[in-house]
Amino acid sequence: MSHDWEGLVQEDRVHRALYTDPAIFNAEMTKIFGGTWVYIAHESEIPNVNDYVTRKLGLRPVIVLRDSNNILRVLYNRCTHRGTTLCRHEKGNARAFQCPYHGWNFLNSGKLRGVPWADGYSADIKDEKFNLAQAPRVESYRGFIFATLNLEAPILLNWLGPMTNPIDEWLDRNPGGKIVVCEANRFKYKGNWKLAYDNSSDGYHVIYSHRSLLEMENRLSDASNKGMAYYKNSPDSLAMYVQYMGNGHHFKDKRPNLQARPGGLWAIESTHPGKEYAEAEFRRKYGERAESLLDLAGSEPVNINIFPNLSLLGNHIQVFQPISVNETDAVWYGTRIEDVNGDIGDALGTINALRMRTQEGFPNFGEVDDLANFEQIQVGLQCEEDEWIYMNRGHGIPDRIKTNADGTITAPATDEVFMREYIKEWKRLMKGPTPLSIKREP
Amino acid sequence: MSVGAQDPSVSSFYVNDSFYGDLIARFQDWDHDRHGICDPVERDGFRLLLEREARFLDQHKYDDWLAMLTRECVYWAPARPGGGDPRTEIAVMFDDRRRLEDRVFRLRSEFAWSQAPASRTVRMISNVEVFEYGEKDRRMLRSNFIINEFWDNEIRQLVGWCGYDMQNIDGRWLIRAKQINLINCDRCIRNPSIIL
Repeated sequence: MSHDWEGLVQEDRVHRALYTDPAIFNAEMTKIFGGTWVYIAHESEIPNVNDYVTRKLGLRPVIVLRDSNNILRVLYNRCTHRGTTLCRHEKGNARAFQCPYHGWNFLNSGKLRGVPWADGYSADIKDEKFNLAQAPRVESYRGFIFATLNLEAPILLNWLGPMTNPIDEWLDRNPGGKIVVCEANRFKYKGNWKLAYDNSSDGYHVIYSHRSLLEMENRLSDASNKGMAYYKNSPDSLAMYVQYMGNGHHFKDKRPNLQARPGGLWAIESTHPGKEYAEAEFRRKYGERAESLLDLAGSEPVNINIFPNLSLLGNHIQVFQPISVNETDAVWYGTRIEDVNGDIGDALGTINALRMRTQEGFPNFGEVDDLANFEQIQVGLQCEEDEWIYMNRGHGIPDRIKTNADGTITAPATDEVFMREYIKEWKRLMKGPTPLSIKREP
Repeated sequence: MSVGAQDPSVSSFYVNDSFYGDLIARFQDWDHDRHGICDPVERDGFRLLLEREARFLDQHKYDDWLAMLTRECVYWAPARPGGGDPRTEIAVMFDDRRRLEDRVFRLRSEFAWSQAPASRTVRMISNVEVFEYGEKDRRMLRSNFIINEFWDNEIRQLVGWCGYDMQNIDGRWLIRAKQINLINCDRCIRNPSIIL
């Protein structure tokens, strides 16, 4: 298969085929969801030795685990005998996985431990070809586990590049720089996965796609000082910005709009169950400390988008999981905090409860409308003669977009420069050779 | 603090530590035969109540529906089978009175694109059981549901069971807490934007 990549991805627009062509989708599952670092799980989901979760690397079913020697592994969830998936549970704790079909038994290192009636084989079942396939490279950055099948990919730290700064800041505002994943709002939409990634730094859609949410937040009292309301009036003149960070990553930063004081973050939260209780209780019990405690329940106003499938926004870890060219799962994992330094004390329970409720707000009242719009893009793109999708907002306007000394690119919050830039990286990966490999335990 | 500030439609003081504690205790271990009520008259009364609730929601009569809940109510769809702990885990939905009214406001706003056009639904309620659990003026209900939802040119089913914590106030049974247990609550759901 060969595509005219230069023709499909132009300076200010892309061809509809990027979202509708099954052949391009299949190539993406190899070249992107295999050829580059892909987020696969968070370490807090598998805190103990032998813990596992089942996930997908592109379309490949995998078991992400901490093996008996505390090594993080991404095993193919595929028996080497007949191809059956070994593990059908979402999560658990297991030293070994026995195939439900013929009973082949594998250690969680991937090594074949034994097969029923081994004397029926002339082949050496200790040959490593019978050990489970696994991702040859698995690396973790501060709890975020990534895998790639590409031996030539840069090390994770270099691939994240300047993205580690916003990730660090996102983590370090929490006690001990730690968060714990705790269930999720899980969505499915009938649209291409890139529709979600295109949206992840999009400041232009907010007041339209989320109009119902904005009006809802405004119904009881003036919400013009709340986070979503930044986009009313003239968002491009505010201090918030969007930044392209290289390697397909981008970053939307609304924090410059905050008041720089304890409680400045909490001040932009809209209404949530238990809000007034927590405010009154904390101010009564903790005095001046109350404001910074409330900030721990507040949603950090950033969108940290790590190509191709991870978005840290508010307090969520959002993961995009492609299913087919026109179907995607979008999972919004919640995060809670722990009292790592022992200085939160008995406020922890109330902070986390409130933090759960703040995190349920946007998925329930905002994301559902975006997903409806993504689905309707997929419908609209069936107009095959109307070939182009534009991502040209801000393009060609002098002095609007700034290239920084470190190579990152900064633009006003509603600019689509991040789409134009990430899709160049997408094109580079799609054009390039794809030296993928798996490994097996020796 | 003024009386108005305590109105649960306006501000949320009642969703506090003891509220969560009571809710979790209430939904822990209640649907046992030993608590079951066999009286057909009482059971039929609750069955009719749940059928009325389903009709209000199918007909988008949200004010009538909201009037079936106590002022300090909760509407809770856990994200894990068995319920989990809403203090430390995200739920599919966890609404207090104000957030439920938010939800209704949004659906009526004409800008809720996930419900434009609105889903048409037909709810089937069955397997209604009534449990006497706790104080005299309280009951727990368990019912199964199928919500047939017509949306985006297709009909799909949302399936599960509900637990209700009911309270008799001035001779009327009201819903204090509704726990909606979707059987696929821990999987990806397309357009979960109706009231369940």
